[in-house]
Amino acid sequence: MSAWLTAANTLRTTEIVQIRTESPTVKTYVLPDRLCCKAKPGQFLMLWIPGIDEIPLSIMEAKNGLVSVSVKVVGDATRHLHGMEAGATVGVRGPFGNSFTESRGRILLVGGGTGVAPLLFLARQLSAKTERLSFVEGAKTKDELLFVRELGGICNEKSLITTTEDGTAGLQCLVTEPLASLLDREHFDMIYTCGPEVMVKKIFEITEQRKLPLEASLERLMRCGIGLCGSCMIGKYRVCRDGPVFTAAQLREVKDELGVSKLGFDGSRIPV
Amino acid sequence: MERNPLRVSFAGLELENPTILASGVLGYSAESLDRVVRAGAGAVVTKSIGVEPRVGYVNPTLVQAEAGFLNAMGLPNPGIGVYVQEIGHCKTVLRAPLVVSVFGYSAQEYAGVAKKAASAGADAVELNVSCPHVRQTGAEIGQDPKILKEVVENVKAVIDVPLIVKLSPNVSDIALLGRAAVEAGADALTAVNTLKAVAIDVETTRPVLANVKGGLSGAAVKPVALRCVWDIFEELPDVPIIGCGGISSWSDAVEFFLAGASAVQIGSAVAFDEGIFNAVNRGVLSYLRRKHLGSVKELVGLAHRS
Repeated sequence: MSAWLTAANTLRTTEIVQIRTESPTVKTYVLPDRLCCKAKPGQFLMLWIPGIDEIPLSIMEAKNGLVSVSVKVVGDATRHLHGMEAGATVGVRGPFGNSFTESRGRILLVGGGTGVAPLLFLARQLSAKTERLSFVEGAKTKDELLFVRELGGICNEKSLITTTEDGTAGLQCLVTEPLASLLDREHFDMIYTCGPEVMVKKIFEITEQRKLPLEASLERLMRCGIGLCGSCMIGKYRVCRDGPVFTAAQLREVKDELGVSKLGFDGSRIPV
Repeated sequence: MERNPLRVSFAGLELENPTILASGVLGYSAESLDRVVRAGAGAVVTKSIGVEPRVGYVNPTLVQAEAGFLNAMGLPNPGIGVYVQEIGHCKTVLRAPLVVSVFGYSAQEYAGVAKKAASAGADAVELNVSCPHVRQTGAEIGQDPKILKEVVENVKAVIDVPLIVKLSPNVSDIALLGRAAVEAGADALTAVNTLKAVAIDVETTRPVLANVKGGLSGAAVKPVALRCVWDIFEELPDVPIIGCGGISSWSDAVEFFLAGASAVQIGSAVAFDEGIFNAVNRGVLSYLRRKHLGSVKELVGLAHRS
C-alpha cells in the first residue's frame, strides 16, 4: 500500500496531447500518464498547472496510456487551464481515492453538471456486464448537457432521461424530479450518483425512503490528496482517501453535513 | 489489575500509550481527531491555531520527496475565536488528552491564543515556534533564544495546563534553544518540526511548492530528529522530550525512546495507514516483553548509558 501510494503521489510532468470542447464552459483534457491511465471509475487525480495551482479532478476516461479529465471553469485555476493549448506541460499526481464498486443487474446512474464525467467512465465499464443501464442527466440548459451522444450509445434511447432547468432540452425540471417516479416504476439493483452536493443529498433522501442501495461521489476542498492535511473531511471521513465514493451506510453517518457544510480554506465550517 | 506497560506520564500529562498525533495532520475537526484516537493514538495535537483566520497557501502545498514529504500549507486555521467551539466539541468526544498547537506573530499573540485554548479545555498547549515556511512566526521565533524566552514566559504566565515547546531542527545548537525554552517555563519539548527544504521540477524549471520553501518530513528526517533528541537529552536529562520526525514503525519509536524521548509524535506515516498508532504500540509492547522491561519509561535515554 505505502509503496503504491509513494509511486502514485510522485509528481509527474506530462503534456496535454488533446483538448476537446464539450460545452461552452467545459473542456476535456487528454494526458499521457502511466499510472492514471490505469485508474478506475470514481478515482481522481491532482493536476498541477505550473505557477498557478494544483486541483483535484475526477477522471472521465483512462485507457491506452492516456487519462482524460473534463473541466468546468469555476475559478482562477480552471480559467488558466481553459486558456492553455495542446502541447502545454502540466503535472499529475494520482490516481487517488477509492472507486465505484462494480454492480450487476439493473443499474441507474444520476449525474448533474460535470458530475456526469466519472459516471460516463463507470457506464462504459459497466455496459457490457449489466442487464440494463439507465441514466438520468441534468443541467441548467441544453448547451451544458454533457456527453449526451456518448451516453445515448451506451444506454438505449428510453433509458436516457435528460432534464434542463430552462426547458431547452428534455424535461424542464431538476434532475431529481423524474427520479422518484422512475424508482417507483422500475426495480434497480444499484444507483450511482455524482454532481452538486445539494442534488446528491436529495437523491440520498429519495433512495433512503425506498431502502435502495446508493453510491455517491462527493467533492470537498482538497490540498494534499493523500489523507494527511484534513482539508476534505466530511464527518470522520477523508473524501480524498476514504472516498470520494461513499455508500448509503456511510452517507447516513454524515447526513448532518451532507449538502449542508464543509471546511473552508481556513479550516472553519462553511455552507456547502 | 495489571499495570499497562505502554502508559506514560510526563509534564502532568497521563497517556494510555506513548504515540501522539503530530500537529498539522487531520487536526481541524473533533471528528477527525476522534478517529485518530480510536485508531490508537495516546494523545492528539491540533493544527496550529493563531489569533486571526488564515487560508494558507495556494496549491501545491505538498510534494513527494525521495523519502518523505515537503509541505508548505501556510498555517491555515480558523482563528482561536472560532476554534474554541471545536475545542469544546473535542472535549466531549475525545477519550485521550487534547493538545492545542498555538502560533502567533508576537509574544502577546501567542499568550492570547494559548490562554483561550486552555480556558476552552485544552489539556496542554504546544507552541509552534518552528514552522519553517511562514514569515515572522514559527521558526523565526524559535531560532532566537531571546525571542523564544520572551514568548514562552508570556504564555507560561497565563496558562496553568502543561506547556510544550516544539523546536525547529533548522538551528546550529538545538540544545541551547531547548534550554532557553525550559528556563522560560516550558514543561516539555517536542523535537522536531520539519526541516526547511525545496523541490524543483526539471521539465518546467520551477519550484514545485507555491511557497517555494517548505518543510521536509518523513523517513528522510528521522536520523536528524533522533540526533536532536539526543542532543537535548544530553543537555537536559530531566526534561520530558517528545520525539518527532519520520516515525513509521515500532522500532523507529524505540530508537527515539532510547535517545531520550518520553513519547513520540507521528505525522507523515498517517498518510500510509492510520493503523500506524496501534502497530507502533503493539510492537513496542512486544519489545518491552522481549527485553524484560516493565515500562516505556525504562527505555528513555537508555542509549546514553552504553
